[in-house]
Amino acid sequence: MTEPLLKVKGLKKYFPIKAGVIGRRVGDVKAVDDVSFEIMEGETLGIVGESGCGKSTTGRSIMRLIEPTAGEVYFEGKNVSTMSKEELRKARRDIQMVFQDPYASLNPRHNIQKILEEPLKVHGIGNDKERKEKVAKLLEIVGLSSYHASRYPHQFSGGQRQRIGIARALMTNPKLIIADEPVSALDVSIQAQVLNLMKDLQQELKLTYIFIAHDLGVVRHISDRVGVMYLGKMIEISESEALYEKPLHPYTQALLAAVPVPDPDFMRETQLLTGDIPSPANPPTGCAFHTRCPLKMEHCDQRVPLLIEVEPGHSVACHLYTEAFSNDNK
Amino acid sequence: MNNEPNELLRVHNLETTFFTDDGAVPAVDGISFTLREREILGIVGESGSGKSVTSLSIMGLIPSPPGKITNGEIQFGGRDLTKLKEKEMRKIRGNDIAMIFQEPMTSLNPLFTIGKQLNEAILLHNKGWSKKQATARAIEMMKLVGLPRAEQLIKEYPHQLSGGMRQRVMIAMALVCDPQILIADEPTTALDVTIQAQILALMRDLNERLNTAVMLITHDLGVVAETCERVIVMYGGQIVEEGPVKEIFESPQHPYTKGLIQSVPDMRYKKERLYSIPGNVPKPGSIKKGCRFAARCEYAFERCLNENPQIYHTNDHHISRCFLAEEKEVALND
Repeated sequence: MTEPLLKVKGLKKYFPIKAGVIGRRVGDVKAVDDVSFEIMEGETLGIVGESGCGKSTTGRSIMRLIEPTAGEVYFEGKNVSTMSKEELRKARRDIQMVFQDPYASLNPRHNIQKILEEPLKVHGIGNDKERKEKVAKLLEIVGLSSYHASRYPHQFSGGQRQRIGIARALMTNPKLIIADEPVSALDVSIQAQVLNLMKDLQQELKLTYIFIAHDLGVVRHISDRVGVMYLGKMIEISESEALYEKPLHPYTQALLAAVPVPDPDFMRETQLLTGDIPSPANPPTGCAFHTRCPLKMEHCDQRVPLLIEVEPGHSVACHLYTEAFSNDNK
Repeated sequence: MNNEPNELLRVHNLETTFFTDDGAVPAVDGISFTLREREILGIVGESGSGKSVTSLSIMGLIPSPPGKITNGEIQFGGRDLTKLKEKEMRKIRGNDIAMIFQEPMTSLNPLFTIGKQLNEAILLHNKGWSKKQATARAIEMMKLVGLPRAEQLIKEYPHQLSGGMRQRVMIAMALVCDPQILIADEPTTALDVTIQAQILALMRDLNERLNTAVMLITHDLGVVAETCERVIVMYGGQIVEEGPVKEIFESPQHPYTKGLIQSVPDMRYKKERLYSIPGNVPKPGSIKKGCRFAARCEYAFERCLNENPQIYHTNDHHISRCFLAEEKEVALND
């Protein structure tokens, strides 16, 4: 078996809650709480979940843009978590990010040439001429033209700006791209363009993606595998087809059922979830989903379910399956 | 068509222009439609399509300057809303036509309790009521929109509520005067998908129980399919298609509508490649000649580049602003 490109083990990120004038630590927001997964080269892993589930923090902790509280991240077998600043800087050539808001992530005072060659300068790649050529080449690759290099971000539409964001991520020839809600700020007709572009680039450049999004429709179209997060935990992860066709976790089932379907004849089978998402600062005991779960059992509020592989390649963290699983093994 | 018995609001040839440094920009460019009693009408479009400006024009909330209703009329209850003075308009807003917005946090005052803000709305429209009566009504309204523990909630501040609860409060506030029309501008866009489903179910339920007509403005075709009976599709400040939701999804007449429906990543199937409409969403007022969609349209021919198509009826309740629909109208008339 080949080694995964990226391996995340027991990743945790706790943000302290401070109170009073001296800022005493009174608790933690467990934004990411013991998340583990692997990604093979050339694969797309989608991470979905609602606000506060920790999907963005997970993405940022991998690159140590946010320093994780605990856990290990291995990239090509090397432990990213223990790297020195210098080693980390080098590793970041291979891992790049694309952000949600192309309006906020491009410096309005710099022209596109300057924005795009910045990563090359940081990593000391090429001379002026080579950098210029590379910028022109990448603008073409993402569907813009080389003459756009002298323009400024405000002269582009939202979709074009996201293409520039993607071009910037590609400047250093990375292996892994972490895209955090890359299409959610875009109009529907533009969303499809950017998703298709990302798919094409993946094939041409052999890229591996972590695709973080809240839109389950978008994620299905781009992902090979999908992980579902709820209140800082990965509660289900599987091949994309299996997850959408046969979701196991009651939360995944409810989440899929809540998505509005563009078909007036479509009839919903599952009931709507009641209640709000609990605060990650004060998550429920046991299984964090038990407060909203239609299938809650007696001990769900006491014991935290572990993420267990119940079918080949399909893992779920729910007592409904851990019981069955342990009984089978007896 | 003007004498439809159940017609509640009629917008005729409405034109709302923004006068900017770059010249006059017609954000809404000659649109006509009717809202009927008790229906849920969807208005769908992308950024810059003019869907929000349409609703603000009806409410008389266009910021002036730079905006102004430059032409057309909005008939409601025997009066033209565009001709009313601000004082008269204020009586209609809230009483007869109420509106809720995308981000409930920015529509609520963070310094006052939920109860105080609801009471303010109630007392403003019910002169002579005591505070006690108002509070009782506030609690009644909160229960109506499915807010739990209403008696305690009225003492809490907006930041103590979740996004979904805040949107429920806004809906309660909009409904205190039992308006005939509720305009909802992207009411669920800022909410998580499980909460969105709850709010949409609530709006459908209230529409049925209170007979309030709803104008739902959204960019999400999924929301339209689940909530509305009729839908208007806007593009570049104009209506490009209008008809019953079922018909629009089954046989869209305008190439833009067709493209938009195909671009939506449907959660139920995996497509290897999504259909995408080429080009960019035009800025309002940037296309001066020909059909506004021509540059992105795969069916465009010579005529589309020079002439802006009129509205054609493909049957008695379905219209399309496309030359391709012209033949169908001719066939219909024969």
